[in-house]
Amino acid sequence: MLEVRNVKKSFGNLEVLKGVDLTVSQGDVVAILGPSGSGKTTLLRCINFLETADEGEMIFDGEHFSMNRISKRDVSRLRKKTAFVFQNYNLFRNKTALENVTEGLIVARKMPKARAVEIGEQALKKVGLSDRSGHYPDQLSGGQQQRVAIARALATDPEIIYFDEPTSALDPELTGEVLSVMRQLADEGMTMLVVTHEMNFAKNVSNQVIFMENGVVEEAAPSREFFENPGKERTRAFLRTLSGEL
Amino acid sequence: MLDPELWKLFADSFGKILLPGLTMTIPLTAISFSLAMIIAVAVALVQFAHIRVLSQIARFYVWVVRGTPLLVQLFVVFYGLPNVGILIDPFPAAVLVFSLNEGAYCSETVRAALESVPPGQMEAGQCVGMSYLQVMRRIILPQALRIAFPSLSNSLIAMVKDTSLAANITVTEMFMVTQRIVARTYEPLILYIEVGLIYLLFCTVLTKVQRLVEKRMRVCA
Repeated sequence: MLEVRNVKKSFGNLEVLKGVDLTVSQGDVVAILGPSGSGKTTLLRCINFLETADEGEMIFDGEHFSMNRISKRDVSRLRKKTAFVFQNYNLFRNKTALENVTEGLIVARKMPKARAVEIGEQALKKVGLSDRSGHYPDQLSGGQQQRVAIARALATDPEIIYFDEPTSALDPELTGEVLSVMRQLADEGMTMLVVTHEMNFAKNVSNQVIFMENGVVEEAAPSREFFENPGKERTRAFLRTLSGEL
Repeated sequence: MLDPELWKLFADSFGKILLPGLTMTIPLTAISFSLAMIIAVAVALVQFAHIRVLSQIARFYVWVVRGTPLLVQLFVVFYGLPNVGILIDPFPAAVLVFSLNEGAYCSETVRAALESVPPGQMEAGQCVGMSYLQVMRRIILPQALRIAFPSLSNSLIAMVKDTSLAANITVTEMFMVTQRIVARTYEPLILYIEVGLIYLLFCTVLTKVQRLVEKRMRVCA
């Protein structure tokens, strides 16, 4: 469904991505792991064109795109098929929870308001926030805000949702509520590409793991295999440093 | 303490000074400030979006207007331009100068407010499929104007008082009317204090309105 090849990106002299390949099939939940500074987030941002890659090719639903020369029209077309959940939620601060969810439907997709509100309320119900639909982001906890952000992503009926460290800005006691929503989506067959530090999520929810370091993919494997029988010494070392928290 | 004659003058003049306040100072301020807001938002957006030639023109405009006295600008437009065949009536000349002047200052306020909106707001908007302009109009600008509101209120209050400079280009606003009464009665102290108090009254009302609006904005986050 989604394939990227040879993605390269530098910021000044710093080469952040040195030719990354990645494949996501329909229904996959792919976790991207790796130490800080390995380029995980940059990769995700390049895939949704929040950063322009210096090089790279994308195949989305069988259509080919050059990641450094893609037209604005194609970007906006692709974005209507995808959704992005940010580390710091990025809810629209001047909109209520419900308006956050419906905005992309009403404004970008020209959906009639009544229909958008219906979908929006369903999406909020799904993340367990029906009773908060009139609240502004400032009036919600971090976990609630992130759940609204997930509802906003769901409402647009995307083919894939990108998550950029969705629980990293949350207090430990609030990560659970976000992860359980994500687990529910995975169970329903939503295709997801998740940059995360949550080993339990990678181990128990995702079916594929990509381990990145220094701008390259060190290892890509099915989750079970990755955790139980990692192929590379570097992966084993990484897992050992984390074993404390597992 | 105060001569009863003076009290009588004070009382008689009150209506005479207030009237041009209501018919001239307030409309002049309202019209000029509304135009200034349009200019400010346009100039700020052009710079914020880094539109090449336009943002250079915008910077030049702000530089010239902020670097020259308001009184000089009034004189150039009203007394100077007729030399090149451009004659503008006092009121429109005042509106022109005040809106251009205030527009330059307020554009900087709006630009700073636009820049203070986190870039993630734009990214989130684009990720739900909205275009740059849609995100600007529905997400960024409303947030920026809320941030800019206290500073813009400040500018409005300053403008109410600055309109007194229009007396210099024969606009019969409050201050000019006061000067005329002074010329007749030779009582500058009480009359200039009186007109000052009326300005204070106007600004007090605006301050109260500002508080109310800010309180409401806080309620809806």
